[in-house]
Amino acid sequence: MPTFVYTSRCVGCGDCVDICPSDIMHFTKDRKTVNVEPDACWECMNCVKVCARFAIDVRSYADFVPMGHSISVFRDEKSQKVYWRIKYRNGKVKEFAFPIRTTPWGSIKPPQELPEPDPQDLYTPLLSSEKENTIKIEVSRK
Amino acid sequence: MTKVSYVDSDILIIGGGMAGTGAAWEARYWGRNLKIVLVEKANIDRSGAVAMGLSAINTYLGLKYNENTIEDYVNYVKTDLMGVVREDLVYDYSRHVDSTVYLFDEWGLPIFKDENGRYVREGRWQIMIHGESYKPIVAEAAKKSVSEIYNRVMITHLLKDSQNPNRVAGAIGFNVRDGRVYVFRSKAVIVSAGGGSQIYRPRSTSEGKGRTWYPHWSSGSSYGMLIEAGAVMTMMEARFSVPRYKDGYGPVGAWQLMLKAKQTNAYGQDPFSLHKEELKKLYDGKFKYVDAFPTPTNLRVYSSLLELKQGRGPIYLHTEQVLTEKNEELGWEDFLDMTITQAILWAGQNIDPIKTPSEVLPSEPYVMGSHATECGAWASGPEDMVIKEAKSVDERGTSYNWGYNRMSTLDGLFLAGDACGASPHKFSSGSFTEGRIAAKSAVRYIKEHSDENVSPDSSQVEQLTVRIFEPIERHNRNKRMITGGKVSSNMMWYEQGMARLQKLMDEYAGGWGSWYTTNEHMLLRAQELLTYLKEDFLNYAVAEDYHQLLRTWELWHRILTAEAVVNHMLFRKETRWPGYYVRSDFPALDDDNWRVFVNSKYDAKTGAWKLWSVPVVDLR
Repeated sequence: MPTFVYTSRCVGCGDCVDICPSDIMHFTKDRKTVNVEPDACWECMNCVKVCARFAIDVRSYADFVPMGHSISVFRDEKSQKVYWRIKYRNGKVKEFAFPIRTTPWGSIKPPQELPEPDPQDLYTPLLSSEKENTIKIEVSRK
Repeated sequence: MTKVSYVDSDILIIGGGMAGTGAAWEARYWGRNLKIVLVEKANIDRSGAVAMGLSAINTYLGLKYNENTIEDYVNYVKTDLMGVVREDLVYDYSRHVDSTVYLFDEWGLPIFKDENGRYVREGRWQIMIHGESYKPIVAEAAKKSVSEIYNRVMITHLLKDSQNPNRVAGAIGFNVRDGRVYVFRSKAVIVSAGGGSQIYRPRSTSEGKGRTWYPHWSSGSSYGMLIEAGAVMTMMEARFSVPRYKDGYGPVGAWQLMLKAKQTNAYGQDPFSLHKEELKKLYDGKFKYVDAFPTPTNLRVYSSLLELKQGRGPIYLHTEQVLTEKNEELGWEDFLDMTITQAILWAGQNIDPIKTPSEVLPSEPYVMGSHATECGAWASGPEDMVIKEAKSVDERGTSYNWGYNRMSTLDGLFLAGDACGASPHKFSSGSFTEGRIAAKSAVRYIKEHSDENVSPDSSQVEQLTVRIFEPIERHNRNKRMITGGKVSSNMMWYEQGMARLQKLMDEYAGGWGSWYTTNEHMLLRAQELLTYLKEDFLNYAVAEDYHQLLRTWELWHRILTAEAVVNHMLFRKETRWPGYYVRSDFPALDDDNWRVFVNSKYDAKTGAWKLWSVPVVDLR
């Protein structure tokens, strides 16, 4: 049971159902969520990171990982950091924090807001931003 | 009653991973007024191979600072693949890959920088990133670029034009949550639906089966769709295995390249030095691959395998010799950004990497085209590097160019990422770049074919709409016959089909269980068992709900991918990459006869495969 849900904390918002790349977080009949296919779980922890209620946890694959470990993660888009806490079977703890992004979320300028390319450039190997940044594209060695 | 939605577009992008997001960005840049639609079976924010994150960008040349030349890069890739790559395709993505990395930097991907603002090198071609949010960042760019996104819609088949059977006119699939059928009609289609894991039996077992190196959701769908549509495929025999930390599949790149950790057998010896002379006898070829620096990945893997086979395992990666309290964060981030299980495994096994080495083991084989191998469809090369031009549609499978960069042998169908064959070592940045290249080419294609009136063949759409739901219908018809569990004489669930596929591929087509070794007899047996599996899929596959239906169609894509792999392995009568697999009946590398691409085409009506070889053309 790679990721699992503490049902008392789950409010049925569905954020984990929405994000799971493997399509294995599903709603139960009483609108809690459940990992329906633990053996198709990659332990990517996207469901854990997205859950605002901290209702999802990981107990790693029991068939090769000894019990007694734990891992917690808090991904914060305000401080732009992801915080990790790893607890060993023997009780030792490791803590780390890493940056996740250097610009505000939503700040990417879409391609349609960039100046329109010269129509003739469609017939060259140039890709977007390469002309402006004078990226050198060596053409053909033949 | 099946509900059907029709969606019209100019460009349809199938799969929103690294290649698909790159395609979305570039399609909008060149096609300001086009309707661009992206369809993704999961959620684009966290989908594809980078769904968890990534700790490095493996392809950045640094041309601006003269760190490398394109020629050096092409030579490196070609040597790593033992002389068989499309130099034109590799040259083409590598000349653009730096500009992709600069876009990521501008968008906010945290890249390690030194005091002068230059990227910190992990290795000659690799740079380090804080990549936990790599995918949501590129997804933001893609979401702003496209006209519409359809998340949770799995494409099962490509659709052909009603007039021209060599022209792709769209794709069909279903929403994995509500079962609605989507018929996408499009002037151009880009396939970027990823590579294939879980085709060979994974080393992991039971509850841990989902822990493979490439994710479970890389279901070989690019290949399945392309094969069934009749696109020419290439190098499907080059399925490969990667050396990774045992069980957790943690990456070894930063540990070996940046931290300089060494791999040894149980007795502290370097496997490669022990076997170097022996390897030279069989695998040196015309280009002296064994002496090359860096040593081709597959030769390193092979020497580890020889050590394991001779009982001198485990193979250790000596983290304890290089890791200290000061630099340990780097090692841990490598895992936490992209393979969290490895960190948990260390916690569960009380392994402190500062004190203890960890085991490394070659993985089960994967079928893919973006990492250190080159499975995929055969593509037209860049327009400014014409090597051999096709004079007719029939000549495309033996030529390098037919007008549009990254177009498959089918008109209007473009390839990027794992879908594009003979174009290895793209990794994340190169796949995004190839998506950009394919999309620009698709925009030009639409412009030059604006007078064409394409529409999917309506009888094909009708047939497929019924066929997609057959597994659910079959279950409804027969479910009263089940007395318990999943035992029924006329029903096959996807888990059962997957197990059969993985067992036969492992045992007969060079999986880990047969020490990556096979021969003609074993491959013929694999072929026979695959035929039964295919027949059983058509007659007995069942699904109880839409989630199982998703898995069932993923299985179909995996079966077709496996069939291509087996046919290609049968055709190549040599051992090109001994660390990936050995043909025991042809154990040596044979540059005189086999430094060629193996190409194939499948006929979906008869189930017949046609295979042939195409000479490798060197640009030098």
